[in-house]
Amino acid sequence: MIPLWMYLIVAAAVFAIGVYGVLARRNAVAILMSVELMLSAVNINLVAFWRYLTPQNMSGQVFAAFVFVVAAAEAAVGLAIVISIYRSRRSVVVEDVNLLKG
Amino acid sequence: MLEFNPQLIVFFLFAILTLGGALGVVTNRNLIHGAIYLIISLFGGAGLFVLLSAPFLAAVQVLVYIGAIAILIIFAVMLTRSMTSMRELYNRQWWISAVVAVLLFGLLVLGVIGPVWVADEEASQPVSDLVATTQDLGVALVDGNQYVLPFEIASLLLTAAMIGAIVIAREDD
Amino acid sequence: MEAQCINILETLAPCLVRGGMDPGLAQFLSIAAGVLIVSAIPLVSVIIFIWIERKIAARVQDRLGPNRVGPFGILQNLADAVKLIIKEDITPAGADRLIYNAAPIIAMLSVILIWGVVPFTPVHIGADLDIGVVYVVAIGSVGTLAIMMAGWSSNNKYALLGAFRVVAALVSYEVPMIVALLVPLMLAGTMSMQGIVEAQQGMWFVVAAPIAAVIFYISNLAETGRAPFDLIEAESELVAGYNIEYSGMKFGLFMASEFLHSFTVNLLFAIIFLGGWSGPFVHQLPILGVVYLAIKSLIPYLFTIVLRSTVPRVRIDQMMAFNWKFLVPVSIINVLLVAFVLKIIQELGLSPSPENVHDFAANVPQAVILLATNLLMGLVTLNVLRNAGRRERIADQARALRTAEQRDSAIVPSAS
Repeated sequence: MIPLWMYLIVAAAVFAIGVYGVLARRNAVAILMSVELMLSAVNINLVAFWRYLTPQNMSGQVFAAFVFVVAAAEAAVGLAIVISIYRSRRSVVVEDVNLLKG
Repeated sequence: MLEFNPQLIVFFLFAILTLGGALGVVTNRNLIHGAIYLIISLFGGAGLFVLLSAPFLAAVQVLVYIGAIAILIIFAVMLTRSMTSMRELYNRQWWISAVVAVLLFGLLVLGVIGPVWVADEEASQPVSDLVATTQDLGVALVDGNQYVLPFEIASLLLTAAMIGAIVIAREDD
Repeated sequence: MEAQCINILETLAPCLVRGGMDPGLAQFLSIAAGVLIVSAIPLVSVIIFIWIERKIAARVQDRLGPNRVGPFGILQNLADAVKLIIKEDITPAGADRLIYNAAPIIAMLSVILIWGVVPFTPVHIGADLDIGVVYVVAIGSVGTLAIMMAGWSSNNKYALLGAFRVVAALVSYEVPMIVALLVPLMLAGTMSMQGIVEAQQGMWFVVAAPIAAVIFYISNLAETGRAPFDLIEAESELVAGYNIEYSGMKFGLFMASEFLHSFTVNLLFAIIFLGGWSGPFVHQLPILGVVYLAIKSLIPYLFTIVLRSTVPRVRIDQMMAFNWKFLVPVSIINVLLVAFVLKIIQELGLSPSPENVHDFAANVPQAVILLATNLLMGLVTLNVLRNAGRRERIADQARALRTAEQRDSAIVPSAS
């Protein structure tokens, strides 16, 4: 079978790309998409470790399922916030949302 | 070294989809294209799940991410149309971000994957070919001794998120 | 472990190996042939489905329908396909080329991929996945994406409006469909398509779960954009909806995928509720299963066609209200009720054991109790509906009366 480290490399690369997107993009939706990427990378890791280390114990898959739940909840609430910010400020660039800045 | 087999070809195909899609998400100016790249990346992830003998998670990945989250993102992009014409793609700290991301990747490879990588061939292979089935996953989620409480809390979280999203995004008052 | 070569129709790979072929190559060839056949069946049969639909719709409207090309006009759609292929292919200005061109392909794929898990006979199935039903639902949701891509990339307001409507409708109607699917899954105790059909050898699920069957059927009508839910491409309001800018064979692909989807969901209905390939002598002669399956899926399909040409279109708010205020609550209550009753039946030992699930008599007690539960629930639901409708009617009348009185009182002083 494919060695474990190859899955881990793919997941680490996707995670790093997601981090870059979160830090560098200015658009709130793009940042949300990058967060989804990071969650997806975590899922690959969870399932890979489950398959290679504890294929009899369901914890890996169960945790991946919970990550799905969190990702769905995060996307729903995040996009709702983006839309409501857009309504009040006509912009979704995160740097324009600086009401709390002194 | 690695022996060449069909499984490896499939793995590389899905890995390229996952990584290429991820790169497309962060580098694309057009957000709809970004969302499509996100779908490609997540589809590659679903393929990796199949390779890892977790077919249920692969189907759920397609159903939840591609069927729901990606559609939601495209909807949000269209509802906030003006943001496709943005002044610039990245903020001022983009090169610092790139350095941080590369460093993080290097750190992950060195600290976490490195030990697995250099370990002998056997440590990088699955401990057993006996894999729990989807039925086991279902049992684990509702078994009183396993994950029934987290499962209930997760459904509560989803309900709360749904209500919260509706309240936040409501147009009136 | 090695499969035996009994019959080349049933097991291709072992027969090739016996013929002296390399096992790996034989495996690959048999899979490739299977993929080709399974994806060719829907593409060929869609021509017949469109013909059937046009003929029946024509009869309902007191016309003859296609009758020039071939016997009874059966080759009309081949002629149409030729016309579509040689038409000029126009890409609108400002369209997003890649997405614009990918959308029809994804629309077609999302339908054809479903056929990969359809059990045609006891032995013929593309892939008997563990998670067959989840796979079907997941692939179906990709079709929504194709519509979104088509609507957005055409750079046309009507297309975008149509796509918004479709996606809002499809995402909503997925909810009752999936919830209704839980009932047969509980009865079968498996998500594999083959397993669901096998569990119906003794008794079809439509007997034990009629409400789930009706909800599944209705939400599939909406999912495939059939009347009365065809406001997705309401010709009179939206010109044609999301595919307005498409021409030539790209439009043909959308149209074909729509017709095929409509038949495919009825095929799924036949598999999940009407026992799929099961019928007399099917285990002796597996190929009979295809015939049974075709007959069983044609019955709901014909009903769909007649429905299409006889009922008027609903408004978008009516469609949404019907889904969220009626179908979703009913389907959720139905699942809870069936789960509860099924557990009681199992505790009482009335449900068929795994050994005699193929026996008709062993299935009777469970099916009768569930049927009675369903009928009771149906009666209660209809009663609630009737009362709600009556209240609304009375309120309507009162409102009409009030406005009439106001008008009268406004008129009277001026007249005197």
